[in-house]
Amino acid sequence: MAASDPIPIRLTINGKQHQASVPPRRTLVDFLRYDLGLTGTKEACSVGVCGACTVLLNGRIAASCITLAVQADGAEIVTIEGIGSEEHLHPVQQAFIDHGGFQCGICTPGQIVAAKALLDENPKPSEDEIKEWLMGNLCRCTGYYQIIESVKAASGQAV
Amino acid sequence: MRDFYFHSPTSLQEVFSLLEEHGEDARPMAGGTALVVLMKQSLVEAEHFVSLARVPGLAGIRAEADGLHIGALTNHRDVETSPVVKQGWPLLAEVYRNVATVRIRNVATVGGGLAHADPAQDPPPGFIVLDARVKLVSRSGERVIPITELFTDYYETSIRPGELLTEVIVPPVPAGARSVYLKFLPRTADDYATVSVAALAETEDGTCRRLKVALGAAGPTPVHATAVEQALNGQRISPEAVRLAAEAVAAQVDPLDDFRGSSEYKRDMAVVFTRRAVERVLGLA
Repeated sequence: MAASDPIPIRLTINGKQHQASVPPRRTLVDFLRYDLGLTGTKEACSVGVCGACTVLLNGRIAASCITLAVQADGAEIVTIEGIGSEEHLHPVQQAFIDHGGFQCGICTPGQIVAAKALLDENPKPSEDEIKEWLMGNLCRCTGYYQIIESVKAASGQAV
Repeated sequence: MRDFYFHSPTSLQEVFSLLEEHGEDARPMAGGTALVVLMKQSLVEAEHFVSLARVPGLAGIRAEADGLHIGALTNHRDVETSPVVKQGWPLLAEVYRNVATVRIRNVATVGGGLAHADPAQDPPPGFIVLDARVKLVSRSGERVIPITELFTDYYETSIRPGELLTEVIVPPVPAGARSVYLKFLPRTADDYATVSVAALAETEDGTCRRLKVALGAAGPTPVHATAVEQALNGQRISPEAVRLAAEAVAAQVDPLDDFRGSSEYKRDMAVVFTRRAVERVLGLA
């Protein structure tokens, strides 16, 4: 047996059951992007700081770049592909369009997954609560004002 | 990241067997938020990861007569949001709320963080002023040590080979005690502290009865500021007494130079933030 030998895993991704075999060092973000072709999730800093790779792991936001795929064995994962659909955007997605919550788009999947998780837990967050929650999702384009506005709007609050 | 074996034992006995078999080549893994980053950066090169995620009974928060028991696999976010913790040990909810981001706190565990022993972490100063103890379990039995004896050097602990940190025990907080955690963050809100201070005090008729002070990011281990405590315990509370006592911390800290500031600057800030924290818990600010 070698250290690189794949380990079987079973997990649910965006409501669909998956079985796969992955080497232990495979990160969850690489598994999603390169094994499953779910390229909506981005990798930027690779050390859990920037938030681009944010996914829901058993309903809570997690950094898929510092999570091993083998750690997600048995878990329920939701990626940006599992939030809304092209025909029916999630309210957070629609709000990001309406309020200019993105420019280059690299941080956007992570921002939207994180914002959805916030609203699931706290449907009417204050501006300070939005800032505290999203401070770990870095954006180099918008200056954050539009992102905060988008989350407020998605929660049905005046912006 | 180099290749490694990944083990998913389902009992403590199985964990101990794997740790015995692989010795220094094995690393227990809890949430992995620190370990995976260290592996990516080749700062840790473990051959064997022994995941604790499937070992039953290691996570959970419960209040008992001797205090709060936090299982090692409890994640930071669950401590931060626990009604039991917020009610009886609000300082603990506060120190955990200060760690990194929600995304990290959802995964990083209490035991994993303590075993990682980065001296800039937020929880250790809180645990020190709360007189916490940690339970270390091995095949041959268990021992409970004061948390101040856990940290021995930069990223080093007194956990022996084959031992696991399974629980933190925090005694009840005396009624009327005030506590505070101040984290100096000149860069970004999710950063490690430049210097941080936890303080807890009981006072009576203008006298400091029992003061506890501890600092993070102020040396190779979290620092228990005994000199500050000794200068004020039993003394009448005054701004001048607090100012003088806070200066005593300068000789107890040994901060590292890094991009958050020079050692000299951090020593000065340790005095400033110690003074502010002590003023708060003694009712002066």
